Amino acid sequence: MTGPRSRPAGAPTPGSDASARPLLRATRAHPAVVFGAFAGLVVVVLAGTMIGAAELGAMAVARELLSGIPGIELDSGLSERQQAILWQLRLPRVALGALVGAVLAISGAAYQGVFRNPLADPYLLGVAAGAGLGATIAVVYGTGSLAGVVVPVLAFVGALVGVSLTYVLGRAVTGVRSATTLILAGVAVAAFLTAIQTYLQQQNADVLREVWTWILGSLTRASWGQIGLLLPYTAVSVIAILLHRRLLDVLAVGEEEARTLGVRTGQVRLIVIVAASLGTAAAVAVSGLIGFVGIIVPHTVRLLAGTSYRVILPLSIVAGAAFLVLADLLARTVASPAELPIGVVTAFFGAPFFAVVLRTSRRLT
Amino acid sequence: MRCTLSTHPTSAGARRRLLAAIGATALLVSACAGEDADAPTDDVEVEDDDLDDEPDDGDADDADEGGDADADDVDDADAGEDAFPATVTDSRGVDVEIAERPERIVSLSPTHTEILFAIGADEQVHAVDDQSDYPDDAPITDLSGFEPNIEAIADEDPDLVIAAFDPGGMADDLEGLGIDVLIFDTATNIDEALEQYEATGVAVGHADAGEQLATDTREDMEQLAADAPEASLAYYHELDEFLYTATSQTFIGEVYGLFGLENVADPADEDGSGFPQLSEEYIVEENPDLIFLAGAGASAPDEVADRPGWDTITAVQEGNLIEVDSDIASRWGPRIVEFAETVRDAMDDAA
Repeated sequence: MTGPRSRPAGAPTPGSDASARPLLRATRAHPAVVFGAFAGLVVVVLAGTMIGAAELGAMAVARELLSGIPGIELDSGLSERQQAILWQLRLPRVALGALVGAVLAISGAAYQGVFRNPLADPYLLGVAAGAGLGATIAVVYGTGSLAGVVVPVLAFVGALVGVSLTYVLGRAVTGVRSATTLILAGVAVAAFLTAIQTYLQQQNADVLREVWTWILGSLTRASWGQIGLLLPYTAVSVIAILLHRRLLDVLAVGEEEARTLGVRTGQVRLIVIVAASLGTAAAVAVSGLIGFVGIIVPHTVRLLAGTSYRVILPLSIVAGAAFLVLADLLARTVASPAELPIGVVTAFFGAPFFAVVLRTSRRLT
Repeated sequence: MRCTLSTHPTSAGARRRLLAAIGATALLVSACAGEDADAPTDDVEVEDDDLDDEPDDGDADDADEGGDADADDVDDADAGEDAFPATVTDSRGVDVEIAERPERIVSLSPTHTEILFAIGADEQVHAVDDQSDYPDDAPITDLSGFEPNIEAIADEDPDLVIAAFDPGGMADDLEGLGIDVLIFDTATNIDEALEQYEATGVAVGHADAGEQLATDTREDMEQLAADAPEASLAYYHELDEFLYTATSQTFIGEVYGLFGLENVADPADEDGSGFPQLSEEYIVEENPDLIFLAGAGASAPDEVADRPGWDTITAVQEGNLIEVDSDIASRWGPRIVEFAETVRDAMDDAA
């Protein structure tokens, strides 16, 4: 994260500094980085479509995909069942992974900007604890056929309740002048909601595994329906955050400095938090708590492409989508035909990769 | 569940602990009772005469009061004091010496509550844990076998505590208070389960009934398997909507194996816990003939049929989605014979 002394592009700076550290102040990413991110996304999406627990054959998949384009008649050789596997199970899973990864990554970046804290992630303000409690209530009290429908709804509601509680509590203490107060309020709210959730879970030991599976995050039951549910929230959230990318750069200078530049910091913070929380809550509702994406992706982007939010935010969308599609590909193929919890993959492979990026970029700067 | 505090600096550690616990949970949950107490069904334990061809027709009426019907007569002979002191080796490998016939038994395991009632020790059972919902007349309490409260257990003044887990050194604590403790782990195969029937019988002074129960259970299941149609059928046993399942390496998987059924999950977990999570596309590709829905949180058959892509599966097309009482399927008590009947009937329908 940028320290209070690093300067955003728009702020007046001594000329000598500008030439000395051009990369840090770039408001456009290096074309190679942009190209790399998009190429990476395309590659992992193709790989995710070709590879899976069911062996369909890469060529057959390619032919089947082409035959899906109107006007092209092509016999892929896939059976009806294999076609269902590709169109109804594998493709929505890849798409959902991309969508969830994108929204978690940009939300993480937005939180880090708003709080000027490198540890901030989309689950910071009670989203995770609230969603966890909501999902647990749904699993414990939901009956049979309803449970599957109720879990995402209650997880979503729980996530929003969690953030709202945090905001109200933080505001009650210091009027949201201090970002730190909000974070501390988030810690208190998360601890409280988690206590309730743990209690419920312990009283209903028979649903323990279901609750834990949900908490570890999973794309195992992805469907086009889920994508339809998620898409509107994701769109609103991403657009709102992107519209504030310049203001986040100003905020990065510091609270007081931003205000003297005429930025209404409280309002910016509120809008960005609401947008990021909304997107995260929707993502969490369909995929559970997939950890680490919101931290590792924005930081990797920052280290490779520069510290301006005008670079970090859009690139995080692409890199987050690629990262989660890749992580899910590993989750469903490493132990195939068994699945690994995707949270294990994001942390197990993400952390070392992040360490390498961290080390390399230190040397560069 | 501190993993939900995933932004906290220590969350990596918390997540690790959680993951470590997950493996254990699969076992815990598999052994754990479902929420709903189902209506008592027919008596299964020692009525060997009725269990040849149509067991559900014969004895359904007279046995609804619980599991104590016939066994009392069988073992009254050896319920006397001369069977004690008795020594029983439990799953810890501890030789537990029981000086006198236990008269205030606390069972913290739903499976062993069922076993105790099935061998006619119901008069000796003083209290059972909050998951022991069968039979109906079991003295259910708030005691927990997962998060045992030593004081609450001791307060029941038991002379013997039977449990399927030993969380937090419970056994040592209770033994320190002079209470005999038997820990019988979740059975991973039929032999282990039947050995527990026998050992439980010895421990509570119903050795003959325990032995009889083991013999009858095995014979009944083998008979049912012999009656089942000879067909090459593949099955998938769903524990929850996240597609967790049980392989042939588990107790329940071995029961399916008696019927010659092929488990689609076996390649997913050759040497693990036996409870892997399957890829959805793999299940569809494997195209099982039978789908058993057996978890406490299992989906309803019509919900499974509505899943995208699942309409191409034979089991869905033929309507072979079988709901199984999760209490029976997750325990390893004598009601497993009822489960075996369900499997036999499902095979009849499918073949």
